[in-house]
Amino acid sequence: MAGKTLYDKLWDQHVVQTRDDGTALIYIDRQLLHEVTSPQAFEGLRLAGRKPWRLDANLATPDHNVPTTKTERDVGIEGIIDPVSKIQVKTLDDNCDEFGIVEFKMQDKRQGIVHVVGPEQGATLPGMTVVCGDSHTATHGAFAALAHGVGTSEVEHVMATQCLIQRKMKNLLIRVDGELGEGITGKDVVLHVIGVIGTAGGNGCAMEFGGSAIRSMSMEGRMTMCNMAIEAGARVGMVAFDELTAEYVKGRAYAPKGDHWELALEAWSDLVSDEDAEFDKIVEIKAEDIAPQVTWGTSPEMVTTIDGFVPKLEDAKDDVERSGFERAYDYMGLEAGQAITDIELDRVFIGSCTNSRIEDLRAAAAVAKGNKVADSLKQALVVPGSGLVKEQAEKEGLHTIFTEAGFEWREPGCSMCLAMNADKLGSGEHCASTSNRNFEGRQGYGGRTHLVSPAMAAAAAIAGHFVDVRQFELVK
Amino acid sequence: MKAFEKKSGIVAPMDRANIDTDMIIPKQFLKSIKRSGFGPNLFDELRYLDEGQPDADNSGRPLNPDFVLNQVRYQGASVLLARENFGCGSSREHAPWALEDFGFQVVIAPSYADIFFNNSFKNGLLPIVLDDATVDTLFKEVEANEGYELTVDLENQTINKANGESIAFEVDSFRKHCLLNGLDDIGLTLQDADSIKAYEAKRRESSPWLFDQVK
Ligand code: SF4
Repeated sequence: MAGKTLYDKLWDQHVVQTRDDGTALIYIDRQLLHEVTSPQAFEGLRLAGRKPWRLDANLATPDHNVPTTKTERDVGIEGIIDPVSKIQVKTLDDNCDEFGIVEFKMQDKRQGIVHVVGPEQGATLPGMTVVCGDSHTATHGAFAALAHGVGTSEVEHVMATQCLIQRKMKNLLIRVDGELGEGITGKDVVLHVIGVIGTAGGNGCAMEFGGSAIRSMSMEGRMTMCNMAIEAGARVGMVAFDELTAEYVKGRAYAPKGDHWELALEAWSDLVSDEDAEFDKIVEIKAEDIAPQVTWGTSPEMVTTIDGFVPKLEDAKDDVERSGFERAYDYMGLEAGQAITDIELDRVFIGSCTNSRIEDLRAAAAVAKGNKVADSLKQALVVPGSGLVKEQAEKEGLHTIFTEAGFEWREPGCSMCLAMNADKLGSGEHCASTSNRNFEGRQGYGGRTHLVSPAMAAAAAIAGHFVDVRQFELVK
Repeated sequence: MKAFEKKSGIVAPMDRANIDTDMIIPKQFLKSIKRSGFGPNLFDELRYLDEGQPDADNSGRPLNPDFVLNQVRYQGASVLLARENFGCGSSREHAPWALEDFGFQVVIAPSYADIFFNNSFKNGLLPIVLDDATVDTLFKEVEANEGYELTVDLENQTINKANGESIAFEVDSFRKHCLLNGLDDIGLTLQDADSIKAYEAKRRESSPWLFDQVK
């Protein structure tokens, strides 16, 4: 019999019951909650007179709607200007208080984007099933966990039963072998992967990232990759357990301690795909082929390299893609054949659950150091992923580097990633963004998003247009 | 979800086809953080003469006297009678939430949009399909008789009139079971609570660190 994939193992370990219709009841070890997708779930519990099954499996923090300016934040909830945002944040607080769920409230320094907070606290552990009412829950798979985004009725289902009704997915392996070039990050790798397999490439699959390039990648880089598995069509992204995983988890607030740590380590060591495991599909990528990536269009698969060009209509593989290109040229205000380095920028956003961890900020600061944001830019924002990331960055003096260079240093939250708070693009503005979605209107009505790595975003901020971070010193 | 009980109810007739979910609950109410409280805004645009706003007080708003639910004879209605393709349009679950919150327990129509039909069962609302001719007869009877009531007996799958006549209807047996027992997806899963507990106990043993309490 063939061996098991990491996904097979995680699945098998969590099946409570299989049902005749091919679905299974899967046990959920951790549910993360935020203010946007939880209110109706709490309301549902209340209406049905139900209690959460296991309080300690839940952890909440507001992120999507919280303001990121210090003046607003210092006032607390009453300082949130937008009334809808204020109600959502307040409702999360009230619900967590009422039901007894641990919440890192807006003024707690542990508050942040759920997908940054979970791993940072050790609340995301190897071997767990993790859910959250948010599609980027795939991020947590970087810890050899099985992590899904779920809908609001499922949030309620998990709260009430600690289980989720699921159908098993297919196994897809993305193997990246070789050595990544200087300046190439997890963001470039995952954008390259999406460019290769397309935004539907992972549909119906649990996607494991493997190969030597992933093994030598930091946990932050792995999280960035798993985060964007959803942009490649997969609800689940995963990386096998190794020493690096253990090192990252060790000593964190929610991580096992003492005897439990030893027991856990032993169990976790099996969280890898067996040598003889069978995947439904394998995609092989050479690490050496990957250059810094920039998206030019309105879907993450509309991506090219920094030395590339906006593709021409004749480059489209079929009619559907051709009409997609036409619509994207129009929306993005770009011309076929235009060089990526010629795209002038209006704003730069460094943040989001994809790239707002300490490593990301260090990479951006290394580029920003001693430089100045181009005068042509209206704004360059740096939004740390959590209060703890912010604190660490300040300890290292990164905030001074940013502010001296002309970046704004903000309070943690989702911010301009989805423009639910005041941080938005104006219509027609081009933005170099370290987030994950470049859909029409994602960062503000009419806004034009280009997805890049943190170092590339910082370099673009200084140049005022895209530049190859590998030649940044020369270009400057 | 509440269990479906057999009780007699006043029938409110809405003599239109293709009543869509936007009509049932207009989009501005989707901003709400709740799933209850939509009753006062059910059919908002038809029911009131001004534009409704979420979280506003509806008590002082001018009512449209011609709208069926505003007529004295239909107050307290729990059965909604309508024409074909009821619940078409957007997939919002707010539509059954609003009907249920208003007090409807049953909708009778010749046909429904799929998503609405599914969402209704999940929320304790019974959508009954009857053929055009029968629905037509019901419309005539309701209009002719003030205080017209029907008793929906889900157990026996019949709709009983006050005069003793009865109409049979079809319903999927699994859905019927869920409605009669007040089982939504969560209710169903909780029927397996013992398996979940057994699994949890095993897991606590094999992976005790997952149950460590953090303060
Ligand atoms: S940072 Fe963006 S993608 Fe991530 S959870 Fe927030 S809104 Fe979603």
